[in-house]
Amino acid sequence: MFVLIVGAGRVGSAVAKRALAAGHEVSVLDEDPLSHERLVEVEGQTWEDAGGLFTVGTALEVDALIEAGVQRADVFIASTDGDNTNLTVSQIVQRRFGVEKVLCRVMDPARAAWYSEQGLRTISPTQHAIEMFNQALATEQ
Amino acid sequence: MYVIVVGSGKVGLNLSRELIDKGHEVTLLESDRRRYLVVEEELEHAVQYGDATELWVLERAGIQRADLVVAVTGDDEDNMLVCQVAKEKYLCERVIARVNNPRNLQHFKLLGIQPVVSATDLILRLIEHEVPRYGLVHLLALEEERLEIIELEVQEGAPAASHRVADVALPHGSLIISVLRDGRGFVPTADTVVEAGDQVLLVLDSGLEEMITPVFAPN
Repeated sequence: MFVLIVGAGRVGSAVAKRALAAGHEVSVLDEDPLSHERLVEVEGQTWEDAGGLFTVGTALEVDALIEAGVQRADVFIASTDGDNTNLTVSQIVQRRFGVEKVLCRVMDPARAAWYSEQGLRTISPTQHAIEMFNQALATEQ
Repeated sequence: MYVIVVGSGKVGLNLSRELIDKGHEVTLLESDRRRYLVVEEELEHAVQYGDATELWVLERAGIQRADLVVAVTGDDEDNMLVCQVAKEKYLCERVIARVNNPRNLQHFKLLGIQPVVSATDLILRLIEHEVPRYGLVHLLALEEERLEIIELEVQEGAPAASHRVADVALPHGSLIISVLRDGRGFVPTADTVVEAGDQVLLVLDSGLEEMITPVFAPN
C-alpha cells in the first residue's frame, strides 16, 4: 500500500514509521523541514535509506500534494496540528483525487462526529480521552 | 435580515458596521480575545467571543435562524469550513466566503462554497479592465447559471467591424448587450453599426469565448 501522511508531528511520524516498518510505501508531507528529524532511525537506518519519502510543503498546495504522491495514494492520513487543515485537506484528497481510504484527525469531538456522519473517517483523540476518563471514573466507584 | 459575520478584522468590522447601519441584525464572531475586547467597545452585544469553526459557537450565535453567514477571516480553511457547516449542517441558505489566497479558489469550489470574494482576484480584474492584454475582459461569471459577461474591443479589420449588430456572425448562445463608444455606453439595436475601436459587452454561455474572440479580431 502507498500511504501518504500529512503532518509529521508525534502522531504522524509514529504512524509513518510503523507503516514503513510494516512494509508499506510511506510518504510524509510537512511544512516544516525540521519535522524530518522525527523520522530518523527506522530500524537503525535513515528515513530515506529505509525507503521513506519526505516532502516539504503545505497541505493545501495541490502541487505539494502531487509531489508527495497523492495521485497514487491508497491511504491518506491528515495528522497536522490543525483541525481545520485536516478537515479541508481530507475532503480535497477524497473528492479531487479520489483516494479510497482517508483518515482525518479532528481534536474537536463535535465536528469529528458530524464529519464522520458526512462520510469522512475521523479520529478524535479528545473523544477517546473523554471516554477513557469516564471509564476510569466508572471503575473507581 | 439576520447576518452572522465571522472574523472582525478590517473587512468584518466595517461590514458589520454597514449592515447594522442599514438596519440588519448582526452578530460578529471573533476568536482572538484582544481583538474581541477592542471591537466590543464599539459593537457591544453585537460581537461575541469564540472560534466560529466550533459548532457550539455558531449555535450560540443563533446559526439556526441566520439568513446569511459571511466568513471573512484571514484564514481560508476557517472560511471554507464555517461556510460548509453553515450550509450543510444548519441549512443556512446563503453564505459568502472571502478567499485570501486565490490559489485556494479551487478548494472553495470543490467544497461547493459560493459565492466567494477574493480581493486579489478583483484587483487583477480591474487591472485587466484598465489594461486589456488580449482585448478581452471577464466582467462577470454566473457559475451556477453557466453564463458570462465579457468585454471585447473591436479591432481594425475584424469581421464584426463596420457591420450591423444583426449581421455580426455570433455563435448561438451569445448576444451583444451593450456598446461603449467615446466614453459612453448604450444598448444597441439590430441596426447599430459596430465600429473598430468600440468596446462591446456580450453575454454568453460559458465556454463560447474562443468562438467569439475571432469575430472581433483581425484574422
